[in-house]
Amino acid sequence: MADDKHTQPEVDRLTGIATTGHEWDGIKELNTPLPRWWLWTFYVTIVWAIGYMVVYPAIPLISSHTVGLLGYTNRAAVQVELAKLETQRNIQAAGLADASFEQIKANPDLNRIALARGKAAFGDNCMGCHGAGGMGFIGYPNLADDDWIWGGKPEQIQQTLLHGIRWEQSPDTRVGNMPAFGRTGMLKRDEIAESVEYVRSLAGLDVEKSANLAKGKEVFAANCASCHGDEGKGNQELGAPSLTDAIWLYGNSRAAMTEGLINGRGGAMPAWSGRLDPVTIKALTVYVGSLGGGQ
Amino acid sequence: MTQPSAPVPYTDDDDIPLFAPTPKVYPQKVSGTYRRIKWGLLIVGMAIYYLLPFVRWDRGPNLPDQAVLVDFERRRFYFFFIELWPQEVYYFTGLLILAAIILFLMNALAGRIWCGYLCPQTVWTDLFLRVERFFEGDRRDRIKLDDAPWTADKVARKAGKHFVWLMIAWWTGGAWVLYFADAPTLVRDLATLQAPFTAYVWIGILTATTYILAGHLREQVCLHMCPWPRIQAALTDEHALNVSYRYDRGEPRMSVKEAKRAREAEQPAGDCIDCHQCVAVCPTGVDIRQGSQLGCIQCGLCIDACDTVMTKIGRPVRLIAYDTDEAIKAREVGQTPTYKPIRARTILYAAIIALVGGAMVYQLATRAFLGMSLLHDRTPLFVTLRDGSIRNTYTVRLINKRTESRQIALTIDGPTSVAMEVQGATATSDWRPIITVNPDTTQEVRVLVTIPRSSLQSGSNMIRIKASDLFAGETVTIAENFFAP
Repeated sequence: MADDKHTQPEVDRLTGIATTGHEWDGIKELNTPLPRWWLWTFYVTIVWAIGYMVVYPAIPLISSHTVGLLGYTNRAAVQVELAKLETQRNIQAAGLADASFEQIKANPDLNRIALARGKAAFGDNCMGCHGAGGMGFIGYPNLADDDWIWGGKPEQIQQTLLHGIRWEQSPDTRVGNMPAFGRTGMLKRDEIAESVEYVRSLAGLDVEKSANLAKGKEVFAANCASCHGDEGKGNQELGAPSLTDAIWLYGNSRAAMTEGLINGRGGAMPAWSGRLDPVTIKALTVYVGSLGGGQ
Repeated sequence: MTQPSAPVPYTDDDDIPLFAPTPKVYPQKVSGTYRRIKWGLLIVGMAIYYLLPFVRWDRGPNLPDQAVLVDFERRRFYFFFIELWPQEVYYFTGLLILAAIILFLMNALAGRIWCGYLCPQTVWTDLFLRVERFFEGDRRDRIKLDDAPWTADKVARKAGKHFVWLMIAWWTGGAWVLYFADAPTLVRDLATLQAPFTAYVWIGILTATTYILAGHLREQVCLHMCPWPRIQAALTDEHALNVSYRYDRGEPRMSVKEAKRAREAEQPAGDCIDCHQCVAVCPTGVDIRQGSQLGCIQCGLCIDACDTVMTKIGRPVRLIAYDTDEAIKAREVGQTPTYKPIRARTILYAAIIALVGGAMVYQLATRAFLGMSLLHDRTPLFVTLRDGSIRNTYTVRLINKRTESRQIALTIDGPTSVAMEVQGATATSDWRPIITVNPDTTQEVRVLVTIPRSSLQSGSNMIRIKASDLFAGETVTIAENFFAP
């Protein structure tokens, strides 16, 4: 029987379906094969997969991979797309480069482009210190409030962005230091305490009952008024903040104010000229102004 | 019953076929009531499908004048007087619910009439079979032709059939893409080979699926691909009308002569003469006499076939008919059958249809043409200003669903001395910032709200921003939180 290959297959009596001849513990497997269309679809996918491996990069090698006949890579495709995007951006940027801040503000399209570009650049470059949305941290100014240490007009913001603050590599950087009155011995400890109380009285903060405000005023007039003004209103030319408002870059506790007087203050901001192109800096200016404090 | 032959074990696995050859179904030509209904529905259905994109509907300037249009580029759906925005896609959810429940109701009343008369698979297969019959003749001729060796005549017939099939399939895909762009323009662009690449791709895909599904797979789609037969079997009951073989009348089967003899001898005699006409005409190749089954799409063609035979042999028609299990059972024991089209299940389905349909119509009739969304800036949540007051910033998006430009005024209501500055306002009116929103678009502005510290409590405070159309009078108000330290 073994030599006759073309015998009739065994048919299951109950279902009338041929069996495969396989038997396990008396249970016979029925031959219920796959539909033809299913099988062909399966073969087509195999052929497709082989073709795919030939045409596209597919097999990882030790330090590289097979290249494929088309020479396609995702990375190159992304580069092409990015280049396209950059070209398109440059067309938009051309309009931005020539426009004044007034013109940008008056033109909704330019304004939209500037804000979008500025927002992206802010996320990449500024958020690390100034926080998301320009919310600021201790020592890093909040850009969404209405207080500006070096001025909040577009030209002033742009100047700050271009040349930085206390950034020695840039010759045009903004300079102005809060001296270390305590450490250098310019003011004695009790004079510092008195001027702290006086400044608190200017800002409407709570003042020690025993404080000698008259003495504090004297110290203030002699040492602080030259930068912060006689009334403590500040001077944006020198980056001297107003001491009368509700905004305190380093906090308004006695400890923070005393520390400022003893050790001085002078945070730095990098100059972005040379690192970012002028159009991006312009866009950043518009964006920073839009955060809430622009003048 | 014949005894199966003695088991012969396989000796070589190569003998086992890898696939099951599907027996090819050769439906026979048939005429009668249900065939006429099917032709009628086919003509109406296809006329709607092919001609609807060319129906025009004036919506004024700057808007497409195509009655039914899915505009992906501008993200709008137009249906005669209705224009839907992407955020109103829930209407389609409603439509899907309606479609499902209507299908259930149809099933509870008259079984799978969707499958038999309206399903595109059935309609296109019908048309393709008509073409096949034109080129290759009726059932017997087709079986003979398939068995015959390849001759010039066979090649010509087969080629002609496949060519017409492909033409129909191509038209099917061609009509499909017309729903997604201005139809007359697209037809011209397609003819001059200037249409977008995607149009050709979609025509290609639909040509292929139509040709394969309606030409080659046919009943395989109903038997193996479609989920509805499985669901339907679970939803049907003994009161639903189904295409049924009235076995109470048909059994026992015997020839006309035998039946005559049996009746004369007052022996039981069935009307079924076992002529297999019902099987021959069946587009899915089932034997309805085995009862309701998955393969039966209930198109009623076997009713037409059986009626023809019954008329010929002088027996009453409708041995196969739309009937209920309950009625057949009643007749079998000599009772008068009763029909219950109104029962708990049909009432429930009808109620759901009325409810969902009513809700959708109400929604559509009362939907707003001015919309606003308000998004509170999260970083920073609030800002302290120099004078100690607190500011929160919001992004406001105004939605104008009208076809004309509108002037929208924003006003704010909240704690004492609340003030608002709008970045992106075009003008002011009575100190209110005005925003111009172009027709059929949205406009985003940033709203800076400042409130003195003294009128705020720590944590959440409530503000209300109101957008009002200066001329049409439509308003939207949104309440939002204002956060203070």
